[in-house]
Amino acid sequence: MTKTNSPIHQQVSRAVSWSPSPREQDRARIRKLILRRRILVSVISSAIVLGLFVTVLITSPGWKVVKTTFFDVNYGRQVLHLVARGLITNIQLTIIASIAIGLISLLLALGRTSRSAALTPLRFLATAYVDIFRGIPLILVILLIGFGIPALQLQGVTSNVFVLGTTAIVLTYSAYVAEVIRSGILSVHPSQRAAARSLGLTHNQTMRHVVLPQAIRRVVPPILNDFISLLKDTGLVSILGVIDAVRAGQIESSRTFNYTPYVVAAVLFLLITIPLTRYTDYVLMKSIDKQNAQGAA
Amino acid sequence: MNVLELINLRKSFGSELVLSDVSLTVPEHTATVLIGASGSGKSTLLRCINLLDSIDDGQIILDGEEISDPLIDVDQVRRKLGMVFQAFNLFPHKSVLENITLAPIKVHGLSRDEAIAQARELLNRFGLSDKADQYPDRLSGGQQQRVAIIRSLAVKPRLLLLDEVTSALDPVLVNEVLAVVRDLKQDGITMVLATHEMGFATQVADEVCFLEHGEIVERGTADQVLHDPQMTQTQDFLRRVHEAGRL
Repeated sequence: MTKTNSPIHQQVSRAVSWSPSPREQDRARIRKLILRRRILVSVISSAIVLGLFVTVLITSPGWKVVKTTFFDVNYGRQVLHLVARGLITNIQLTIIASIAIGLISLLLALGRTSRSAALTPLRFLATAYVDIFRGIPLILVILLIGFGIPALQLQGVTSNVFVLGTTAIVLTYSAYVAEVIRSGILSVHPSQRAAARSLGLTHNQTMRHVVLPQAIRRVVPPILNDFISLLKDTGLVSILGVIDAVRAGQIESSRTFNYTPYVVAAVLFLLITIPLTRYTDYVLMKSIDKQNAQGAA
Repeated sequence: MNVLELINLRKSFGSELVLSDVSLTVPEHTATVLIGASGSGKSTLLRCINLLDSIDDGQIILDGEEISDPLIDVDQVRRKLGMVFQAFNLFPHKSVLENITLAPIKVHGLSRDEAIAQARELLNRFGLSDKADQYPDRLSGGQQQRVAIIRSLAVKPRLLLLDEVTSALDPVLVNEVLAVVRDLKQDGITMVLATHEMGFATQVADEVCFLEHGEIVERGTADQVLHDPQMTQTQDFLRRVHEAGRL
């Protein structure tokens, strides 16, 4: 892109004195008509789809039963505080886990991308770690850690289910996030490394000051995505007996044989995850805009 | 005194021979200009000098020390060399000032204040003082390349390597970058540069080397090589450059 040297005030005054030609006014009118038609079409199609969906739901033979056993508003109000208290456990777990995941995954990613001979065992271990924990379903890791570690009867090792559940989640998610960070590191163009090294920066300095800052910026959207998954997956620790939102709902519904507490838990999760998802989307769009702008410069 | 000496350099990528028997001597305060078609080995030669690419055979001697020795500390060698790239390679996440001060602070142990003062002086000298806090993507290509040159100057290199520094610029912006290089030549900075700008080569070169298929086919002063070439390959190349309107 060429930048001309014409003074800015000149461009401004030219912009102010402009008034659209009759042809352009015509075009503007037509554009407005096209836009109006597009809006109309999208409203109608949305109404049809939604209407169809609701119709199928409420005309289904079991709707009456489902309505009382899943969507009992009064019962929902009663159990809200129990489930909400459980959700606080999910949030605590998410925060603690994400800090640990951040540190461990960064070390794993750096380990896997290092070239130093002395770090060969680290590279090997990091690769093995990622292969193993990315390949086992999270629920199995939770069960194996949650029941396996206490069974070892090791001195000083906790049998607290909250701690064990968190550990299992951290182990699995660190493997995922490490891969995301590693892909970010590898996506920084080699010419950036060449420029840094030719200035005399060592491999570590290049990593620290040139590659990582750019890599992390690039992987923020996918990592936010993983963060949302993490929040939801904390519900899985309920199988160890941790009283989180899922478990609180389960306790209630097994008492009354009404599944409304599950729906309450789902709604509470959505109240957190939807804003997070929208925010992630916003960050992603912004980073794409920025990259496109850089591409044009 | 010779800053750089290349003896029988050989380099291949797979089965393709990129540099063959290249020997070159660069005395202090001189500019050596490499010319030749794209793919003739100019960029590879510069990257080999900088140890960004390894050589297959031969010797590279910098200030009397053989840097092609596998036991050499690569980071120590690169402290003495500056390199400017065709695509600028500025760090997009750092401001102009941060781009320039990174190596002086981290590699050469200058204090932040010293490094900033030195960077501002250089920016001032090359007419970019108002761009210190901008990010690279806000600058024109010519400005970016001038910042890249300043960045490599800030580490006070013994030898400056310039790899087709104007090839990514449109014709209007080429001159502002070439003016900077001419200034550096005036200062007596030793450099090796690859370029397609023949007129510019005439102005700065103490020696011009014409490369073809990884070999130095002809060398001499700019007058000899560019205006009175002896070898038919050189004559052919220059005729093609001339036809393209670039002489």
